[in-house]
Amino acid sequence: MTPKPEPENDEATGVPGLRTWRAVYLFVFGLFVVWVGLLVLLSRMPS
Amino acid sequence: MNTLDYVVLLGTILGIAVYGMWRTRGRHNLNTYLKGSGDAHWFVIGLSVMATQASAVTFLSTPGQGFASGLGFVQIYFGMPIALIIIAAVFLPIYRKLNVITAYEYLGRRFDTKTRLLGAAIFLLQRGIGAGITIYAPAIVLSTVFGWRLDVTILCSGLVVIAYTVSGGSDAVNVTQKYQIAVIFAGMIAAFVILLEKLPASLTLPDALSLAGGFHKLEAVNFSTDPHQRYTFWSGVLGATFLMLAYFGTDQSQVQRYISGASLRESRLGLMFNAVFKIPMQFFILSLGVLLFLFYQFEQPPVYFNQVEWKRHAEQGQVEKLRTIESDFAVAHTQEKQKLELWLAARHAGDSKSETAAHAEAMAAHERVESIRTQAGLAVDPLGKKKDTDYVFITFILDYLPHGVIGLLVAVFFSAALSAKAAELNALGSATTVDFYRHVIKRDADDAHYLAASKWFTVLWGLISISFALSATLAENLIQAVNIIGSIFYPVMLGLFVTGFFLRRVGGTAIFLGALVAQVLVIALYFNLNISYLWFNLIGCVACVLTSLIIQAALGPTAGRTETAS
Repeated sequence: MTPKPEPENDEATGVPGLRTWRAVYLFVFGLFVVWVGLLVLLSRMPS
Repeated sequence: MNTLDYVVLLGTILGIAVYGMWRTRGRHNLNTYLKGSGDAHWFVIGLSVMATQASAVTFLSTPGQGFASGLGFVQIYFGMPIALIIIAAVFLPIYRKLNVITAYEYLGRRFDTKTRLLGAAIFLLQRGIGAGITIYAPAIVLSTVFGWRLDVTILCSGLVVIAYTVSGGSDAVNVTQKYQIAVIFAGMIAAFVILLEKLPASLTLPDALSLAGGFHKLEAVNFSTDPHQRYTFWSGVLGATFLMLAYFGTDQSQVQRYISGASLRESRLGLMFNAVFKIPMQFFILSLGVLLFLFYQFEQPPVYFNQVEWKRHAEQGQVEKLRTIESDFAVAHTQEKQKLELWLAARHAGDSKSETAAHAEAMAAHERVESIRTQAGLAVDPLGKKKDTDYVFITFILDYLPHGVIGLLVAVFFSAALSAKAAELNALGSATTVDFYRHVIKRDADDAHYLAASKWFTVLWGLISISFALSATLAENLIQAVNIIGSIFYPVMLGLFVTGFFLRRVGGTAIFLGALVAQVLVIALYFNLNISYLWFNLIGCVACVLTSLIIQAALGPTAGRTETAS
């Protein structure tokens, strides 16, 4: 038995501007990419 | 530490513990005790998940890691946002829909009892040993520095955490973690601000970045594909994703935290809070270490930070040798400081040719300093088993922070240790009660009986962890042993859950045998393959999934697929 997860839209995210969970996950992933990008820039900072 | 520090330390630690017991008094229902009252807000869940993961070692040792190796360790957290998104989208809705108390209940319902017990046993083995280390690791450092008795430090902190965890259960863990993490943030930010103020006034931000970059302390991301390098972008994104999936998705100490949310939304947002803030938080702690490195370029540090150990060796007949090392170090440090000032002067003058030459000279002077530091380490620890970097941050705290703030910072370390340990004890007690006692040993008792049993099991695990910590002698070896055990067992545990979630065709017998085969494979590879331990998380999980598929194919499509619950 692998229960199917409840449909994502059953419960509103309550996050302004991000109405679906898919949007929340994409936003979080986008922030992660930004963080890695900033860290890469920092790593390449000339001494 | 003076009286003010002790008042701040004891007031903070005991105040939070007593408040947690008072807030959760009279909660005597088994479900509430194990899962919480089910009204936790996403912010509380987020802090609780964060506090459970961040042990005292995070705040005591990580700045030392930043001091010695720079920002590269942050890459181990690259897998975390990815893992938490997968857990929020796939794992969490299933746990909530089944209304499980432990993650291993899912294995019992999806596969069979033997698979559930295998999962729970792996958790108890791994987390049971880990709970001893959670208290032991900070206690050994703090008792060494402050001259406290190690056994008394372990006993006192262990008994405090047992008291409030047993008293209030999961809710007490949530309530206390909220305040403990507030103390942690307050203390770390205070240390950061004071450290910034203590840097030389002439050192501008571009100078600081240039110096740190020049000493390779800002190399946060390494795209090397060499599997022997422990922390790279690839091991972080691929290997650590599996490590984080296993830890956050299948370790009861974490699952218990986020299934206590008032709704699926609260639990999910609590996880997303960590997905967003964990990398910046670790970056901040490592940056503190880099700042310490810069600070100690201009202020002479001890040649060996664990001064208690240093003095002990001096008293044991090495006094002349150690004094010579100290005076060599003082000369080398002064020379390095002069070279750095020349480098900065050339930078400010805009003379790139002189700057390049001064940089090379400063690097050579730094190498001389580091070589004397290595010599000092070998003089007191010929086998190289002790991590002197663990003492970098606490040395700065004691030497440069004002009284009161010192007490606050020591409270940070204890808060971190207690918050992680409380979640571990709560989870160990829950898994023992729900997965073994109620499911195998005594199946027909009432809630009051299981509630009492759960409290006794929590006490038992607390005492086991204290005994383990009291009998430990070599911290570094033990921490390494726990990491080894984690790297060996976590991947297969994750394999059990991944197979359960995604491969409907695999039944209980196939996954049980597949897990055993994968476990043997991981152990064999661990001792024969010299690669970063992060990769074993990927290898072990994939091995478990593939072997279970092969075994299921060999058994036949319907063999062992009896599902025990609907």
